[in-house]
Amino acid sequence: MPHLHLSQLDSLEHEAIHVLRETAEQLPHSAILFSGGKDSLVLAAVARKAFAPAPPPFALLHIDTGHNFPETLAYRDQFARDFGYRLLVRSVQATIDSGRAVEETGPNASRNVLQSVTLLDAIAELKLDAALGGGRRDEEKARAKERIFSHRDASGRWDPKNQRPELWNLYNGRKKPGEQFRVFPLSNWTELDVWAYIEREKLPLPSLYFAHDREVFLRHGTLLAVSPHLPLQAGEQSARERIRFRTVGDMTCTGAVRSSAATLAEIIAEVAAARQTERGTRYDDRRSETAMEDRKRQGYF
Amino acid sequence: MDLLRLITCGNVDDGKSTLIGRLLYDTKSIFEDQWAAVQLASERRGDAGPNLALLTDGLRAEREQGITIDVAYRYFATPRRKFILADCPGHFQYTRNMVTGASSAHLALLLVDVRHGLTEQTRRHAFIASLLRIKHLIVCVNKMDLVDFSQAAFDRVREQFMEYAERLEAPDIQFVPIAALHGDNIVEKSARMPWYAGTPLLYTLETVYVLNDANHVDARFPVQTVIRPPAAPGPAFTGYAGQVASGSFRPGDEVVRLPGGLPARIKAIHGPAGPVGEAFHPMSVVLELDRALELSRGDMLARPNNLPATGQDIEAMLCWLSEQPFDPARRYLLRHTSCETGCELRTVRYKLDITTLHRNPDAAPLGMNDFARVTLHTAVPLFFDSYKKNRSTGSVILVDEAANTTVAAGMIL
Repeated sequence: MPHLHLSQLDSLEHEAIHVLRETAEQLPHSAILFSGGKDSLVLAAVARKAFAPAPPPFALLHIDTGHNFPETLAYRDQFARDFGYRLLVRSVQATIDSGRAVEETGPNASRNVLQSVTLLDAIAELKLDAALGGGRRDEEKARAKERIFSHRDASGRWDPKNQRPELWNLYNGRKKPGEQFRVFPLSNWTELDVWAYIEREKLPLPSLYFAHDREVFLRHGTLLAVSPHLPLQAGEQSARERIRFRTVGDMTCTGAVRSSAATLAEIIAEVAAARQTERGTRYDDRRSETAMEDRKRQGYF
Repeated sequence: MDLLRLITCGNVDDGKSTLIGRLLYDTKSIFEDQWAAVQLASERRGDAGPNLALLTDGLRAEREQGITIDVAYRYFATPRRKFILADCPGHFQYTRNMVTGASSAHLALLLVDVRHGLTEQTRRHAFIASLLRIKHLIVCVNKMDLVDFSQAAFDRVREQFMEYAERLEAPDIQFVPIAALHGDNIVEKSARMPWYAGTPLLYTLETVYVLNDANHVDARFPVQTVIRPPAAPGPAFTGYAGQVASGSFRPGDEVVRLPGGLPARIKAIHGPAGPVGEAFHPMSVVLELDRALELSRGDMLARPNNLPATGQDIEAMLCWLSEQPFDPARRYLLRHTSCETGCELRTVRYKLDITTLHRNPDAAPLGMNDFARVTLHTAVPLFFDSYKKNRSTGSVILVDEAANTTVAAGMIL
C-alpha cells in the first residue's frame, strides 16, 4: 500500500470510529442495538476501539423477541462480558403481557414488527438520544437511502422524504426533547467487508453462522428451523440437514442455507460466491415490496 | 484494495439507471433475489422489460412516481477496487441531493444523451461537481447505438462540453462513448467504435489516480472528543480523539493549540490497532501530548509554521438546501469540523444562476437550490482554510436553531 493511503477496510473502520465519537458527543445517552448478529458484534467491537483506553460510553441493548435461538442468547451474554459492556435486555414478551402490543396470529405470525414497540418503549424508559445500529446500506433498498445520523420524530418514526442532508463528515444530531436518532456507523460496509473485518480482528462469532446439522423444513421457499415457535403445518415435512445461517434473527423468520462452511475462510468464500442477498433468506422483508421502509416508518431499526 | 467514492448524475432519461444497472450487473453485484424482485415489480407496473431503475429507487414514493428523489448508495467491487456509488436524482428540484452526494465524491460520472447533447441540467450538474471540487469528471456520452456509433456525433458533444467547461474548474475531464443498454465500452472495449482510442469505463474507474486529491500538506487536527479513562493506577491518561482533517502528524511533532497558540509535542498517536508512526487524512486517531493543553471539542491542533486562517467573517459560496427560504429573523448555527457556533448571514453579494453562470446581485431571498456568494459572521473565530485548498477545513453547514434542520452547505472561499 502506498504511503498516506488506507486500504478500503481501514477507511471504513476510521469512518465508523469518527461516527461513533460524533455520536458520543452529540447524542451522549445512546446505546448499541445488539442482536448477536455479525453486524452488531462488529459495531460493538469497533466502538470499544473508538474510546480506548476508556470504556465505550454506550451500553448494549438487546430487544429480545423471545424467539431467539438459544445459541444467540448464550453468545450475547459471553460477548458483553468479554468486551466489557453493560448489557440491557428488554423483552417483547413483557410488551405483550402489558398489553402494549398484540401478538400476531396465523401460520406466518412473527414478532418482528412488535419489536418496534419494545424498542420505542426502551428508548423512552432509558431516555436514549440515539440507538446505534449495525445496519448497512447494501442490505436493503430503503436502507440504501437512509442517513448515517437518521432523525426520528417523538414517536420514533422515520420520514424518508424529509431527511436532513448529510454533507462531508458533518453530522447534525440536533433534536428536540423526546425526538431520537438511529445512527448507522457501518452504513458504507458491505457484507463482505463485515466478514473480512471479523476475520482480520479474529472476532468471536455465534455458532449459528457455521455449518451444523439441524432439523429444518421448507416454507415459501425459505428453509426454516423446526422450533416450538414454528409448528409444522399440514403437508410440511422436516428433515435433518447440514445448514448455516447468513443472518441471525428470530427463529420464526430467519432462513437457513444448505452449507458445509465450517470455518471463517469457508464462509467468506461462500459469501463471495453467493447469488442471493443475505436478506433473501429473511421472510420478514418479503411481506411487501417496501416492507423495510414501512417498518422503519413505524420506528423499526 | 482501495476505495473510490463516485457519483452519477445527468439529465433524467439520459440513461443513468441503465448505466448503474449495467455496472452492477457486469461486476456481478446484482443478486438473484434482487433481480427476481425487480422483474416481479416491473411486471406489476406494466414495464416492457426489467426496469433497472427499480434497483436503486427504493422508497415507496419513488416507485410510485417513477423518479429518483434521494441519493441512493450502491456498492460494487472489482478485484482492483471497491466502489461506493452515490446515485443522484436528475430532476432540478432535487439539486440539493446532488450537492449532498457530491460532497464526499472523488469522481463524477456525468451522463449525456448523444442525441440531445448538453441540456441545462447537464450544465448544472457539471458546475456543481466543479464547485464541490470533484477533481475527476467522466462524461459518458450515452446511447451511441442510436446514432450508429458515429464519431462525429460524439465529437460534437465533446466540443460542446469543453466549451462550457472552460468556465469551470475541473482539472481532469475524460469522455467515453458508451451504449449502456448494450454494454459498449463499459467493461470491454466496443468493437463497434474502433475510432475510440481510450479505455472502457470500468477500467478508467479502476485505475484513476485519486491519492493526491487529499490535502497531505497542511496538518490540521480538529479535536472531536477527549478520552479520559476513569481513574486507574499509574499516570492519568488524557488523549485527544479526532479525524485528521488534512496533512499528517507524527510522534515528536511540535503542534500548537488553536485558539491560543500554546505549543506542545506529540507524545504518541493511537490508531484503532495500537500506536502508529504517522496519522493522515482520513484516519481517526487519539493524540497524546507531552503537556496538558486542556483542549476540548472544537479546538484544533496545527503545526506552528503552517496555521489555518482565522476570523469571524467568512466569505463563502452557499447552497441553500432547505424548503424554508433564508429568513433574517431566524437564528442559524454553523458547523465547521468539530465546532458549532452561532452565525449570521450578513451579506448576499450575488446569486449565481448555475445554468448560465450569470451573477445576479439583485438577489431575492435565498431559496431551495439557490447558490449564492455570501459573507457569514460567526459568534466565535473559526480556524479554516479555503475549500479549494482543503475540503475538510473549508466546508460548513448551516443549521436552523429552532427547527434543527440542516438548511445550507457552504464552501469557504
